[in-house]
Amino acid sequence: MKLVTAVIKPHKWEEVREALETFGVTGMTVSEVSGYGRQKGHTEVYRGAEYDIALVPKIRIEIIVDDADAEDVVGVIVTGAQTGRIGDGKVWVVPVEGVVRVRTGDRDEAAI
Amino acid sequence: MVNTGDTAWVLTSAALVLLMTPGLALFYGGMVRSKSVLNMMMMSFGALALISVLWVIYGYSIAFGDDLGGGLVGDPSQFFGLKGMMADVTTEAGGLPPMAFVAFQCVFAIITVALISGAIADRAKFGTWMLFAGIWATVVYFPIAHWVFDFSAGAHVGGWVANNLLAIDFAGGTAVHINAGAAGLALALVLGKRKGFGREAMRPHNLPLVMIGAGLLWFGWFGFNAGSALAANNTAAVTFMNTIVATAAASLGWLLTEKIRDGHATSLGAASGVVAGLVAITPACSALSPMGSIALGAVAGVLCALAVGLKYKFGYDDSLDVVGVHLVGGLVGTIGVGFLATAAAPAGVDGLFYGGGVDQLWRQAVGAIAIMVVSFVATYVIGIALEKTVGFRIDGEDEVAGIDLAVHAETGYDLHSTAGARSSGNPVLVDSGRTMNERKGTA
Repeated sequence: MKLVTAVIKPHKWEEVREALETFGVTGMTVSEVSGYGRQKGHTEVYRGAEYDIALVPKIRIEIIVDDADAEDVVGVIVTGAQTGRIGDGKVWVVPVEGVVRVRTGDRDEAAI
Repeated sequence: MVNTGDTAWVLTSAALVLLMTPGLALFYGGMVRSKSVLNMMMMSFGALALISVLWVIYGYSIAFGDDLGGGLVGDPSQFFGLKGMMADVTTEAGGLPPMAFVAFQCVFAIITVALISGAIADRAKFGTWMLFAGIWATVVYFPIAHWVFDFSAGAHVGGWVANNLLAIDFAGGTAVHINAGAAGLALALVLGKRKGFGREAMRPHNLPLVMIGAGLLWFGWFGFNAGSALAANNTAAVTFMNTIVATAAASLGWLLTEKIRDGHATSLGAASGVVAGLVAITPACSALSPMGSIALGAVAGVLCALAVGLKYKFGYDDSLDVVGVHLVGGLVGTIGVGFLATAAAPAGVDGLFYGGGVDQLWRQAVGAIAIMVVSFVATYVIGIALEKTVGFRIDGEDEVAGIDLAVHAETGYDLHSTAGARSSGNPVLVDSGRTMNERKGTA
């Protein structure tokens, strides 16, 4: 099993979710996060005073998938989240040792 | 027989002006960071509570009692506890019940004190603020209200600005705004900068609150200005219209300045321009034509938008720009009367631009500068005295963690349900019934 984590632009979230649903992903964890990469932050002006806001709002998606699906899910996210401009985000995959479905006690592949 | 129309308008105006202080609390509260929103609003609500009481006990009498000499201060014993003020003494010709005027002037005292709090956001001990508010109202506001608002009539002798200098200050550009602005500057200097001032982003945490606050201020300001006619008459109507249009022009002026200088017209700029315009038209609303009001408002909007940058240049932390908006706006309005007044307006005086020469101009300048200097010096002395005795600033660690929690044991927002939930133990559903000493473990 793999954990696919993606950090994407908030306005692409709806598109990515629909694409993942179409692909067959049945569940995910989504959180509003902030951070920065090469895009860096942005500038805000209040009563003439400029503030450099280092952190940019992003959406983080976490999905646990079968090994075989990991590459395809990454592809779906990248296709859905891409704008081609700086700040599109990152997707990464890490191995998962075990999963338990809390309601039934099912383990690993059966719990996904 | 009271004049029912006048009485209804003045009482309504008093209620409108009272609403300005909660409006100011929202305006200021939205501009600070979320960790200090409650303290910011509490400084206004604290002033509401304290100054009303002081006004009844001796404030009204200091402001509107018979002059004790030189037009400087009224007799505090004459109307102590508002004695003798409940009787209906209005003449047959029709007039205003004395208590209507007492109530109307009471709410002016409250908001003037509350305005100062914007200069010391995030860092003042609440107890010291309340002490300051009481002392400042007593030593500075009540006497200056006497100078500006107490007109001599019959055997009654009033204040020097209104009766000797003859400066025009219809609704309080000097007594309220220059006074509060100069006091704000003095207090900002006494307390010093917030931790991280000029380095950390201290952006407003809730601009919609700021916009609501500005809207309530504008609404309430009709009571402030048009109510100052103290009658439901032509003067009230003219000042009402001037209050609309000067404010609108100032908001445009501020936005235009921002657009040219920073590239964006901001919501905070629109709201700030509204307040700058209201401040500027306050002394001038009875003396200007509507066209003159547009000019005054536009100048105030531009100058105040530029003035709010001064604190970074000179390094004083007037946190919410009491100086940039109220002192500068008050000066623009008060001195602007000397240029833009027209005899066609209810005040009946021509300024420099209308062929009246410099006569009114120097009267305006003397009134404005005298009150600015007296307020600054007196406030600085009061502030230093409090700083040296009871202390004015909260602990540095508390300031960083947030003044709301440290001083009021509250936080403004509970946006995440997990943050306030108890993970174990019995939730507190009923009053424990314990006394304060038991809770503190000292019983």
